[in-house]
Amino acid sequence: MIDIILETAEGMEPIALGKQKSDLLSGKVLAVLFFEPSTRTRMSFETAMYRLGGDVLNLGSIDASSIAKGETLADTIRVVDGYADAIVLRHPKEGAALLASEFSTVPILNAGDGAGHHPTQTLLDLYTIKRESHLEGLRIALAGDLKYGRTVHSLCYALSLYGADITLISPMELRMPEEIIKDLEKRGAKVTETNSIENAINEVDVLYMTRIQKERFLDPTEYERVANKLKITPELLTNVKSELKILHPLPRVNEIHTGVDETAHACYFRQAFYGVPVRMALLALVLGAIEV
Amino acid sequence: MNEEQELRVKRIENGTVIDHITAGQALNVLKILGIPDSSQGVVSVLLNSPGKFGIKDVVKIEKRELNVREVDRIALIAPNATINIIRNFNVSQKKKVHIPIFVEGVVRCVNPNCISNSNEPVTSKFNVSVDGCLRLRCTYCGRFISEDIAKHLL
Ligand SMILES: [Zn+2]
Repeated sequence: MIDIILETAEGMEPIALGKQKSDLLSGKVLAVLFFEPSTRTRMSFETAMYRLGGDVLNLGSIDASSIAKGETLADTIRVVDGYADAIVLRHPKEGAALLASEFSTVPILNAGDGAGHHPTQTLLDLYTIKRESHLEGLRIALAGDLKYGRTVHSLCYALSLYGADITLISPMELRMPEEIIKDLEKRGAKVTETNSIENAINEVDVLYMTRIQKERFLDPTEYERVANKLKITPELLTNVKSELKILHPLPRVNEIHTGVDETAHACYFRQAFYGVPVRMALLALVLGAIEV
Repeated sequence: MNEEQELRVKRIENGTVIDHITAGQALNVLKILGIPDSSQGVVSVLLNSPGKFGIKDVVKIEKRELNVREVDRIALIAPNATINIIRNFNVSQKKKVHIPIFVEGVVRCVNPNCISNSNEPVTSKFNVSVDGCLRLRCTYCGRFISEDIAKHLL
């Protein structure tokens, strides 16, 4: 299924770029239901729907609506279900998307539920790797907060399906949970751990950077020390593979020096764009406009 | 049953004897069965009773037979329990509990941020696996419960 989505997304790229018109989803309505703000994800879904000729119903700010008055998610879904052909849901509670799917007759797309899943982010990360590098025989390093970063957890599981060689770069206090590492190894991925980018960057095809949140540290000076160690600068790129690609789910704080943006390695803004064709593919597939 | 035991717990005419309950779990078995609220007959409980395989708890309930759902729940906290249905002072049916692969509305998820712990109109759902020890996995958030399952009973 993942491969079908990625292939479909590739076919969507000219439409996502606006080079080609499409009315594939004309007459279809997508309801966008965000119980916590995530402007980029929301815009990316909306763009995907508009590019395919569909319409978007944005339920607007949740505070101003009945949800603030204590309506359950189940009730909200049952109502919105009558307005739209598909629902994109983002919710702070884990398992919200599954619950929504139990009360909905139309497809639910999970745009992130609590610390649970954010599958469309994982798909767009995979798609970026496929387009900018390669999925088979991949050597990838993931750097930053690997303990709490749900995007890196899901991405690692997805990469293990392709037998990737994964290097995990993080400070001791933000290491990837042991159970996940064991799972990955069981699934055939080769996993190595280190605490410095310098140790890994020259060997890999892809470097996936993530943000480290200040709140994770009790001591702000400790945060500064760690944040400075996991920072990518143009100087660090002198001995890397020429085809090295650097990804980041954005927004970045200062873990990628702006001097990196102009190099051929920087890939994060295109990565943000790739969210559009991936979400177009998902919408077209769940709405039955493209048959598998 | 010898005379001394006879004195401790009278034989029952009609009802259920749950035997071989993991020692210490008898009161949780009662909790699962909603006792005392839901039983008209006498309920007797034996704690730390010596058995063939070490100590065990036993529960005898008069005038009541258990349904499948209740038996499934008991299996989660007392996987070796046996259910004896008594009719007219005789054991008319004897069966071992067996661990279900899925339970609904039995335990509460340990994750405070799980949607099943909010005021949504859903019951908790767990997939059960036995891989050395018993593990319940929340269908909604994926969190596991493996220790002290009785503590999370609804
Ligand atoms: Zn849960």
